Amino acid sequence: MTYTAWIILTAALVGMACGLVGVFLVLRKTAMMADAISHTVLLGIVVAYLVTREVSGPAMLVGGIAAGLLTAFFVQWLHSLNVQHDASMGVVFTTLFAIGVILIATSVGNVHLDVQHALMGDITFIPFQTVTLPIVGDIPEATVILLLVFLVVLFFIVAFYKEWKITTFDPALAASLGIPVLFMHYFLMGLVSVTTVASFDAVGAIMVVAMLITPAASAYLWTDKLAVMLVLSGLFGVVAAIAGYVIAFWIDTSISGSMAFATGILFMLSFLFSPKHGLIMKYIRPSKIAHST
Amino acid sequence: MSEPVIQVDHLSAFYQKNTVLYDVTFDVAPGSLTGIIGPNGAGKSTLIKTMLHLHPILTGNVSFFGQPFHKVKKRIGYVPQRGSVDWDFPTDALDVVTMGLYGKIGWLKRPSKTHRAQAMSALEKMGMKDYANRQISQLSGGQQQRVFLARALVQEADIYFMDEPLAGVDAGTERAIMEILKELKSAGKTVMVVHHDLQTVEHYFDHVLLLNRTVLHYGKTEETFTKENIADAYGGNMRWMGGEQKDVGHSIKQ
Amino acid sequence: MWDTLLNSNTQWVLLSTTILGVAAGIIGCLAYWKRQNLMSDALSHAALPGVVIAFLLIGEKNLFFLVIGAAISAFVGALLIQWITTTSRISEDSAMGMILAVFYGLGIMLLTIANRIPGGDQSGLDSFIYGQAAAMVTSDVLTMLTLALLVILVVFFGFKEWKLFLFDRQFAKGIGLSINGMNTLYTVILVTTIVIGIQAVGVILMAAMLIMPAVSARYWTRSFLTMILLSASFGGVSGAVGTWISAMGSGLPTGPFIVVTAAGMFVVSLILGKEKGLLVTYIQFRMHRKKAKTRVRVRTGGVT
Repeated sequence: MTYTAWIILTAALVGMACGLVGVFLVLRKTAMMADAISHTVLLGIVVAYLVTREVSGPAMLVGGIAAGLLTAFFVQWLHSLNVQHDASMGVVFTTLFAIGVILIATSVGNVHLDVQHALMGDITFIPFQTVTLPIVGDIPEATVILLLVFLVVLFFIVAFYKEWKITTFDPALAASLGIPVLFMHYFLMGLVSVTTVASFDAVGAIMVVAMLITPAASAYLWTDKLAVMLVLSGLFGVVAAIAGYVIAFWIDTSISGSMAFATGILFMLSFLFSPKHGLIMKYIRPSKIAHST
Repeated sequence: MSEPVIQVDHLSAFYQKNTVLYDVTFDVAPGSLTGIIGPNGAGKSTLIKTMLHLHPILTGNVSFFGQPFHKVKKRIGYVPQRGSVDWDFPTDALDVVTMGLYGKIGWLKRPSKTHRAQAMSALEKMGMKDYANRQISQLSGGQQQRVFLARALVQEADIYFMDEPLAGVDAGTERAIMEILKELKSAGKTVMVVHHDLQTVEHYFDHVLLLNRTVLHYGKTEETFTKENIADAYGGNMRWMGGEQKDVGHSIKQ
Repeated sequence: MWDTLLNSNTQWVLLSTTILGVAAGIIGCLAYWKRQNLMSDALSHAALPGVVIAFLLIGEKNLFFLVIGAAISAFVGALLIQWITTTSRISEDSAMGMILAVFYGLGIMLLTIANRIPGGDQSGLDSFIYGQAAAMVTSDVLTMLTLALLVILVVFFGFKEWKLFLFDRQFAKGIGLSINGMNTLYTVILVTTIVIGIQAVGVILMAAMLIMPAVSARYWTRSFLTMILLSASFGGVSGAVGTWISAMGSGLPTGPFIVVTAAGMFVVSLILGKEKGLLVTYIQFRMHRKKAKTRVRVRTGGVT
């Protein structure tokens, strides 16, 4: 496969994994947790590096997931102490991120961990670091990890589909039926963390946020069925990844920045032109819904 | 009188700084239809939530069929307030009703055809068959409440708790819901309903629980739902218009 | 250590981060009661494309123009968030997340282009975006001070109006206060505070400057005025202490130390605060339990 094909495949995997997880973040109105976790994952990666003293995939994955879950736990805890939900997020993620930056500035020095690099990501280097697998041959390491993460995410979303649905729609009923609402919440946060860490190296923190929220929010404007929304969201992620690459190639600029920007264009198109909930359709037949009720 | 199905024993609960419920004690007989009545902030919803362990218990005990809640979870149905969920959620009426069966279906399994048929017949009972595939945000308030009731029906529970099922619904829905509640009662089920409209209490419920942070009066409606007891629960903030007819005209702050 | 403090540039920086902390503490209270804590996070990210565009237009790193660019871009972001939430089924948190990430992505695209321009003073731009207070020069400090003081004055001169606007919107409308006007003014001062703060603490940590002092102050008082004053002092102290710590080492970032100081004050407030602090709540919980038990005893004693 060519250099370009690997980059697009990797970005498409990011788009699909994020698109699936993002649907539930958007529906649970905790989209900003994506932002919070994508920042605190940095702390996890730094600590993993300080402990193992090497830049290794698995250690960082573990560190990032731990940091993500810790964030979710702290936010939940502060919220249970009557701190406004968004304020708890703001307090927790900025503090953990600040600690991460301080650790980098004081002890790690200027080795592989560069805050700016982490935040922006650099997908252009992905194809150079390969692993050799039987049958398929040389594959970029990040692509392999992302493929695994995507399969894991897909498996858990499908396997617990109805549990995700009920705990998102009506947590009180779910709890009264004996479905562990809090566990499902942390499970979702765990999936968000895994996806974020895996995507981190390829596309950076901010791009992950864009991929988690925007395709899901766009899909929400196209359909009234959860299953369709999941498929559309994953699809939009892939489309944005490819469109972003084309834009970046065309005006010669940051690939991950362009991909984030492409998700925004996709959303704006949905926001304006979606036949179900688009602005223009609402303008054309403003009262159809009102009449039917 | 047969064995009580619900026993609440010195229950208390707090919310932030305040004790919202204290020393709540009552027994509920099987096959009764109880209205939980009280002023705003009396702790009506909190009482239900605390009994179902959705809100932490400060002190006291609750038992159903003589057993703790977690052992009999599947025999208890709960209808939350309609406003507690986001009706923009991407799903249809039939799917919402099927959710009532998720506890029985179990992990890693999909709802089968039988489950869907069950959900469909519950919708039919609530007069909502034609709306089965409609997106839930396109249902009116009354229709949404019917969907919630249908969801409770498929649970086939023995005890039902309903939080303001008649709030903000049209007259037709109110009639339909009350019919179902009476049907449940005659099938021997026990139903407790948080209710806000004092005028209809006598027609709807055979038992009344007057609540204002604790149980003030509880018993058969005709014995319990008296002027004095109501004034007791509402703290004298209620002026009765006319003598015999129990008509709540205005509440005047004294 | 004292040498660094006596260094005149450090003194200027210290002064500006302190004033910034005060301004952010005050505006943070408004944001807290508007329940828009994370809005500051979204808007500080949304400022990025404006900064780079201003830089591309002017061709040099002039704080005043960068601030104007940042403000316009953040303001557009705020309008988009409002537009999306009011006209579609998308909730506010999703809208904020999208604007945050998409604007930031656009900013990175532009930044990459700016970096390619020959002679582009790229290092200066980076330190502006990621926050390096030590890199500020006297003219930057003066711009910051002026704007911060302006913001503080706007809040204090309209104190009554802000209070009405935040707590009783209907009544405020009734007495003829323009809600739209207040909303716009609120967004303007929020955006101003954010963009002048970016250079000191960076786009990512600016949110903390607005959120933490206000949330901490909440644990000590029930009065709005006291809350604003406390929040201002918390903000000022974290600005000063954070800058001081980072000035002691070489190459230490300012923003993170300010944030960690603010976080420390938050933890202290959370535990010891006299309004709903953990300690007080725990004691109250014990007392309730005791009281509930005595009540039970009295009632059962009376009945049987």
